[in-house]
Amino acid sequence: MKQIPSLLALLVLFGLGLAQKTTLTVGVFPNLDDALKAQIPLFNKKYPDVEVKLVIQQYADHHNALTTALATGQGLPDVAAIEVGFVGRFAEGQGFEDLNKAPYNAGQYKRLFTPYTIAQATASDGRFIAMPVDIGPGTFFYRVDILQKAGVDPKNMMTWPGYIAAGRKIKATTGAFLIADASDVAWINIFATTPANNSPYFDAQGKVVVDSPRFVRAFELAKNIRAAGLDARIGAWSNEWYDAFKKGTVATQFSGAWLQGHLQNWMAPETKGLWRVQQLPEGMYASWGGSFYAISSTSKNKALAWEFIKFVTTTREAQVAAFKAIGAFPSLLSAQEDPSFNEPIEFLGGQQARLLWRDAARRVKPLRANKYDRVANEIISQALAQVLDEGKDIPTALAEAKRLIERRMR
Amino acid sequence: MRKSVGTSTSGQGSPPLAMRWSSFQRRYAPYIFVSPFFILFLVFGLYPTLFSLYMSFQAWTPSDGWGRWKYVGLENYTFTLTDPMFWRSLWNTIWLGVFSGVPQHLIAIPLAFVIHMVLSRFKTFVTAVYFLPYITSSVAIALIFNTLFATNNGVINLAIAHLNTWPLLGALLPDQNINWFTSANIKYALALVVIWQFTGWNTLLYLSAIQAIPKDLYEAASVDGATRLQQFRYITLPLLRPMMFFAVSLTIIGNMQLFEQPFVLLNGGASAATPGGQTATMYMYRTAFEWLEMGTAASIAWLLFVFIGILTYLNNLIFGRAARGGD
Repeated sequence: MKQIPSLLALLVLFGLGLAQKTTLTVGVFPNLDDALKAQIPLFNKKYPDVEVKLVIQQYADHHNALTTALATGQGLPDVAAIEVGFVGRFAEGQGFEDLNKAPYNAGQYKRLFTPYTIAQATASDGRFIAMPVDIGPGTFFYRVDILQKAGVDPKNMMTWPGYIAAGRKIKATTGAFLIADASDVAWINIFATTPANNSPYFDAQGKVVVDSPRFVRAFELAKNIRAAGLDARIGAWSNEWYDAFKKGTVATQFSGAWLQGHLQNWMAPETKGLWRVQQLPEGMYASWGGSFYAISSTSKNKALAWEFIKFVTTTREAQVAAFKAIGAFPSLLSAQEDPSFNEPIEFLGGQQARLLWRDAARRVKPLRANKYDRVANEIISQALAQVLDEGKDIPTALAEAKRLIERRMR
Repeated sequence: MRKSVGTSTSGQGSPPLAMRWSSFQRRYAPYIFVSPFFILFLVFGLYPTLFSLYMSFQAWTPSDGWGRWKYVGLENYTFTLTDPMFWRSLWNTIWLGVFSGVPQHLIAIPLAFVIHMVLSRFKTFVTAVYFLPYITSSVAIALIFNTLFATNNGVINLAIAHLNTWPLLGALLPDQNINWFTSANIKYALALVVIWQFTGWNTLLYLSAIQAIPKDLYEAASVDGATRLQQFRYITLPLLRPMMFFAVSLTIIGNMQLFEQPFVLLNGGASAATPGGQTATMYMYRTAFEWLEMGTAASIAWLLFVFIGILTYLNNLIFGRAARGGD
């Protein structure tokens, strides 16, 4: 009989022990998972009793799984990574916590981030559903060896007419294409010319603006490049795309700063030292990609999930760790002050490119996410394909695109 | 012991437990044994089908969560039927169906006849070779063709470039690399992939049907002096009609549901937005999982069902029982 109290005590202790070790599930896609793997040990220093479990799926599968989980309210991870392409649509749904509200009160942290990211994760009714973790300042990559061979000064490519003129020279002297696909020029123009606090496709009142002069100009530039035979007509993320970078058959590329990491790590490591970056032509600044973390409304560990998100997004050491692991450009302003930003990048021939990207990131205007961004994006892509591939007239294509987008806004 | 207890408690008139058990077995055991199929069918077949019918009358965005749907009547159907993107994707599907479906049969029928008549000794081997593409994963096929069709260093373009140097043929061929992934060209590339993949399957179907044709018909014909060609025209073709109906029906259904080949080929090679390669099922997938308009996507599914039904009916008029006067 004497043992009973001690047995009970043991049971209680055991129970507490079980309760103390909490598991937090984080749904994430590659290679953001590598950033988390670098951050979790730091997080565990502060919270040794939390086990962070990663659920890693490919980019499209991850977002499909999130959609299904939101639909059924089953199987959502505590913390979900969301890429910028989906954050607008998810923001309009009710599946994720509004971080503006107590107990999160994320409002106090917003000033810590690169400003435009906040707008991206804010729904039209003002709910703030995800914290920004990395950003993709738009940048102009070029092959210095090809430009030298062609006798082209990259400074002369800082206007769009100059860019196209240089392209003709490059094609004539080296045979290399100016760019992989003309549509990239259209896209970077569309993103960079969006007025502050608007969506690229909708104005502040939510009206479709895809027939406005900035779209016409973007389409015309792409059409001129295609007509001059300066683009290789290669779709992004295809084997041919990687091959073009490896073999140097393409001289320039517009992309997020993250392209450097991809080129260096797997796409074309052998081109080390041959690439340089500069700002986009004509004083344009645009963001190209970015990731966020959100807390699902069905999570049983919301407080802990919030601690985790706060840790990976607002602590400088965690952001710098991710930056060093995968080259993801931190959204946290203080992390951008890390001494590593001054380091020369060997892949870019010793350029201090991070300073350039930081400068670009701070000049990008805040864009607002719209529920119909993905629909509009797809319809504009199709219109662009019709203009470039089928010779469709630009005003007709844009007017048709506008009508198609408006139809979908039911 | 137990038996006697059973009889005593159940009264005078009822049979013993063992007997009741055996009659229960006889009556219900078959149902229990076939039930797994029906349970699986109810859960994974009938329920989703009926649910998608229900869904087609609702407006629902999955990211809003379960149960937050709104009844919109026929709006999804009227929207889809007046949607130029839907009609374009359906047109692409029908184009692909014709340009990949018809050649399959035009190749498969003579091929089966030749295999049966001439290559009888190597029949098994040849059939296996032709059948191989059918059992290969569509995704793997699309990835391989993606590489073959590549604009600047794909084998197909390299071959065309090489043929260009030939004296007469060169004049007929384009002197620039063809970009197969543009709206205009992707259809031909896709048709080629589908023909390659499914001709073997149809050959196998026709071969089995040809083998079922009685030999004495051919013998009688050759006694009467009919040539191989005449035998093919007047014996094989008419007797293949039921199989043609079956094979063409399968082709219609398969082509209307064409998805993996364009999906992988387009995602890997060009923008998924290339309008010329967007089939109806791809458009449905996009509506559901990219734009999160589940109700509209469900209405597309049911409209496709209706279209497949109509096409199969037309096929029946041409090849089926109706064409043969109901014999």
